[in-house]
Amino acid sequence: MSTSANATDVLPGHDPWRSRPARIEAIEQEIPDVATLRLRLQPEANAVPYRFRPGQFNMLYVPGCGEVAISMSGPDNFHDGPGDPPEGLVHTIRTVGRVTQAIQQLRVGDTLGVRGPFGTPWPMDEAEGGDVLVVAGGLGLAPLRPVVERLVAHRSRFGRAVLFYGARSPDLLLYERLFDTWRGAGVEVLCTVDRAEPDWSGAVGTVSLLVDRCSLVPGQQTSMFACGPEIMMHFAARSGLKLGLPPTSIWLSMERNMQCAFGMCGHCQWGSHFVCRDGPVLRYDVVEPWLHVRDM
Amino acid sequence: MPSDPAITSATPIEETPWWIDRNGLQELIDRLIEIGYEVVGPKIDQGAIVYDQLATVDELPRGWTDEQGPGLYRLHRRDDNELFGYNVGPHSWKKYLFPPLTEVLRSRKTAEGWVMETPAIEVRRLALLGVRACELAAIAVQDRVFLTEGTVDPTYKLRRSHLFVIAANCTQAAQTCFCTSMDTGPRCRSGFDLALTEIESGFLVQVGSDQGRSLFESVPKRLARSVEMDRGDERRQRAVDQISRRLNTEGIRDRLLEQLGNKHWDDVASRCLSCANCTMVCPTCFCHSVDEVHHLTDEEIVRQRRWDSCFNVDFSHVSGGPVRDTVRSRYRQWLTHKLATWIDQFGTSGCVGCGRCISWCPVGIDLTREVAVLTGEQAP
Repeated sequence: MSTSANATDVLPGHDPWRSRPARIEAIEQEIPDVATLRLRLQPEANAVPYRFRPGQFNMLYVPGCGEVAISMSGPDNFHDGPGDPPEGLVHTIRTVGRVTQAIQQLRVGDTLGVRGPFGTPWPMDEAEGGDVLVVAGGLGLAPLRPVVERLVAHRSRFGRAVLFYGARSPDLLLYERLFDTWRGAGVEVLCTVDRAEPDWSGAVGTVSLLVDRCSLVPGQQTSMFACGPEIMMHFAARSGLKLGLPPTSIWLSMERNMQCAFGMCGHCQWGSHFVCRDGPVLRYDVVEPWLHVRDM
Repeated sequence: MPSDPAITSATPIEETPWWIDRNGLQELIDRLIEIGYEVVGPKIDQGAIVYDQLATVDELPRGWTDEQGPGLYRLHRRDDNELFGYNVGPHSWKKYLFPPLTEVLRSRKTAEGWVMETPAIEVRRLALLGVRACELAAIAVQDRVFLTEGTVDPTYKLRRSHLFVIAANCTQAAQTCFCTSMDTGPRCRSGFDLALTEIESGFLVQVGSDQGRSLFESVPKRLARSVEMDRGDERRQRAVDQISRRLNTEGIRDRLLEQLGNKHWDDVASRCLSCANCTMVCPTCFCHSVDEVHHLTDEEIVRQRRWDSCFNVDFSHVSGGPVRDTVRSRYRQWLTHKLATWIDQFGTSGCVGCGRCISWCPVGIDLTREVAVLTGEQAP
């Protein structure tokens, strides 16, 4: 006698491996090799409303090809009423590997699988009432866009809001089309590039140099959220510390290989942390010991 | 912590053991098969003692023992007919609870796009026969990985909840055993339904759960005599006395993590083949990858979970390349995870002291020695 059972019978409605089909509603080309997809989850009986917070990610799945962890880039709906995010699930994706190449082949109306949301969020609620320094490098702006959108949507709940953004060259500035809207809503947007072109009038150099020029308001609570290449975050955090930020006010979003997304497959292991479950957003003082170890 | 306390908590154990002979053990197997269990236990295959389905006591490795050492595993004839006179081999019970391949999702192409569903899985009711103390500890460690609140693996939970465990107390130790250092054995303390201690005349049987008690009711038995109990004590003590390998676990987390920059990692890396054998035989290693399995038409796709290892180069692959692209970094990852950061993640060491990684390492790397050298307790 064998016992035949469906795994979901054991844990009703809670199979972390289960992907849900989502349809592509729109595709927007951003910069070379980078596009933003807007997905709509397909209606399903007993489906739980999809709610996420800035900083969290989904596993996007192209059947036959595989899954890839992609952060949410649209405005979050965590404090909204029940229901999926009105704008759908917004993902900005760079074509770099097998799965992202397969995603690039998809067209509006095609379906793909979604599991999520997973991971820890940027601590937006805790940052309310204080100043917020957002530091992004390259595509690292994608996981930070929901932060900026939250700052824009609830501008009066925060103090000074600054986006420090570094890209390799002016044509690689992500979401440049949104900068005027963000500035109009009272978010300072400061850009720098590694390689300038003749018509570039902004800063040249690493993004941490921009942070160095900033100064904190004494007595004012300030949070720093950083995402980008590891070396960039390392220097951004150092600049934050130099400004006088306590290590507990600096948050980084880490990237590792993720396959299960809930702390079970082991791929994203980093010191004491599963980046998928304990991160991707981690507090600087928690990860600082591991940041200095090569090949960890 | 495990979300289902019924699975892992120690249940009351009857203090006085019962005695059965080999016919009694056969009756026990028969009873389990009658009520629908598939009994799996130690059997000899290709020169090693492995775990496989069995129906009779005669299929056990009667009169065989194993010789183990760094990079060494050999079977030898015993001069008696004992059924459990050996230690652990290359298999562990994780192959039943966390099978090397598991389907996790099925996708079907339709006119409206992909339809995705959780595959129905067949779960056999398994009775594990001959589980050693270190292996009970290993199951408890994997429970923390797969049954922790918030990260419960549905298929593991299903398999785990259909288990009957007959433990076997070790009456001898291999040269590779160090369960006494890890505080996991050799005596079976909890996590079993019944526990056997083999003595010359048969078996002492300790009841460890209500499930064990009710199954054992119909098996012919009598209470053990004091001389038999003394014999059991002596034989279990023999296993303790034979364990010579030591791992100093005092403050091991911090002592190891202080050594991330130690040059000795390069020395281990010069010997380590990064072959992943240690992680495959380890009863607690849980890392896995997920693969796509296609039908020829590409209209039905299965996602399949497969055992993987932190020793494989592409295991840590990110868009810029592997995070750990040297053998040094991969061995360091494995050892520091197993013995140090595992404690941060799961509140327990990832090592149960079974010694499999020592025996099955093709070049005989012995983690107890590497730890002693890394932490300065032993000269390189």
